Amino acid sequence: MRAITESIGSRFRGTNMLPYWLIIPALIYLALFFFSPMVQAFRLAFEGADGGWTAEHFTMMVNDADFGRAFWFTLALVVVIVPIQFVLALTMALVVNAKLRGRGVWLYIFILPLAISDLAAGIIWYAIFTERGYLNTILEGIGLIDQAVIWIDPTRSGFLLGQVILAELWRSTALVMVVLVAGLQGIPKEYGEAAEVFGAGYLRRLWRVTLPMLKPALAVALLLRTVLAFEVFATVIAITGRGATVLTAEAWRWHGTYRDPNVAAAYAALILVLTVAAAALILRIFRTRREQLIR
Amino acid sequence: MGRVGLYALATFFALWILLPMYFITIAAFSTPDDVFAYPKKLLPTNLSTETLEFFFGSSGILDALRMSVVVAALTLLIALTVGTPAGYALARFAFRGSGSFRLVVVSTRAFPIIILSIPLAVTYLRVGIDDTALGVALTHTALALPFVVLVTASVFAGISEELEEAAMTLGCTRVSAFRRVALPLALPGLAAAAIFTFIISWNEVFAASILTLQNRTLPAEMLAVLNQSPLHFRFAGGFFLMVPSLIVILVIRKYLFTMWGRVSR
Repeated sequence: MRAITESIGSRFRGTNMLPYWLIIPALIYLALFFFSPMVQAFRLAFEGADGGWTAEHFTMMVNDADFGRAFWFTLALVVVIVPIQFVLALTMALVVNAKLRGRGVWLYIFILPLAISDLAAGIIWYAIFTERGYLNTILEGIGLIDQAVIWIDPTRSGFLLGQVILAELWRSTALVMVVLVAGLQGIPKEYGEAAEVFGAGYLRRLWRVTLPMLKPALAVALLLRTVLAFEVFATVIAITGRGATVLTAEAWRWHGTYRDPNVAAAYAALILVLTVAAAALILRIFRTRREQLIR
Repeated sequence: MGRVGLYALATFFALWILLPMYFITIAAFSTPDDVFAYPKKLLPTNLSTETLEFFFGSSGILDALRMSVVVAALTLLIALTVGTPAGYALARFAFRGSGSFRLVVVSTRAFPIIILSIPLAVTYLRVGIDDTALGVALTHTALALPFVVLVTASVFAGISEELEEAAMTLGCTRVSAFRRVALPLALPGLAAAAIFTFIISWNEVFAASILTLQNRTLPAEMLAVLNQSPLHFRFAGGFFLMVPSLIVILVIRKYLFTMWGRVSR
């Protein structure tokens, strides 16, 4: 407490106890609501009815008819969405940076979906893809189809995958774009100008100057978006109903509909392991140093 | 690429983002009959609030809306109370372990936090806060806390500490220097962080669905009844969920890039 009442002449850069008092609430919170549930998730996933260790919940999870569908659909979404999203976000960020007239307005439009929820995005795209929806209205209007096509067809997972991909790209690319635009703003103009003086064209400047300097922003955006891509949930339910399913949706069903928290926890553990593996892979590829992360 | 190509590209992106929003908006403001009609009207010729009225009149929607607001308000209260001091500490002090603390905060983002609601549901049952606004808010806070700590740190880092030191040489204690100098300057940035925290909670559906049964939040309630509900209910609900998100972006657009720029580094 003495630290808090220190006054005149006290220096900010001291080795007093004040900063520790300030971070303790956040640390305790993370311990209670982050680390502890994570351990608890694995305990639930491996604990048998008699209190011993068991793999039965995982056996039950894997043997369920929907497990394979959910697993591959989730993986396909992550693998397709994230790369496309980065090309899209980088293009949008570069377009905004290319001294457009009304730059602020374009930028504002591009980041509009940033705070839209997965559920809202799913419903919005359902309104487009549903049989009596806007896509069929437009296609029929311009004469591309003669009658309404059933796009949301449970027997065609390729169709469903494409629709969820479009909705997710629409919803979540803004986040990547904001991070990249912030990164671009941090690159001093002189580098590009110097390269230009030495005769480097636009693409070459992009490849040799801009992208290398964007590397930290790219790494973090990639990490963040990959983690979030594994959590894809309400978009899938809102568009496809039960036509397609993902890992989070199965965890939600086992918990709510089948009343089995242990199998739900097995799903949670699986999602955790997949996500952490993907994050480790990204950090390895980018060889991000600890210093870069905590700057 | 010429100027024309550039504007064409920008226009294409803008249409890609705005058209779906336009469709859901005209759908939400048409009569239920028009919602079922095919082909759909592409222009708002027959405006009506009937569809939205039906949505708000549906059983459970107003209660769920109230629950959502309470949960989001609690979330921003807890997250800012717990997170702001830590952000201030990171911005103002060079203390042993500050790097490790920042790394702990950052690394929580490398984990899918929403699935923690499954073990938390079991814990809440034991503690007796299952199916309550507090339970959902505590989980949403775990989701928002890393974001709040990093953003508040960047807000305070942007305010010169000399100002606080000057106030202290003029006789303020550290606490009153913070309260009378740093806090007023930080308020706009903190408000932006608070608004974004509110929307994180407002949008969250997985944890809210796992942790509630009778007292569902709006997204959880909508998800539960979605696939058995008529089209006009869905479209009105989708539109209503979207509106606050757009308002939030409008209000805090000035801060977004500083916020995410710092958070992303």
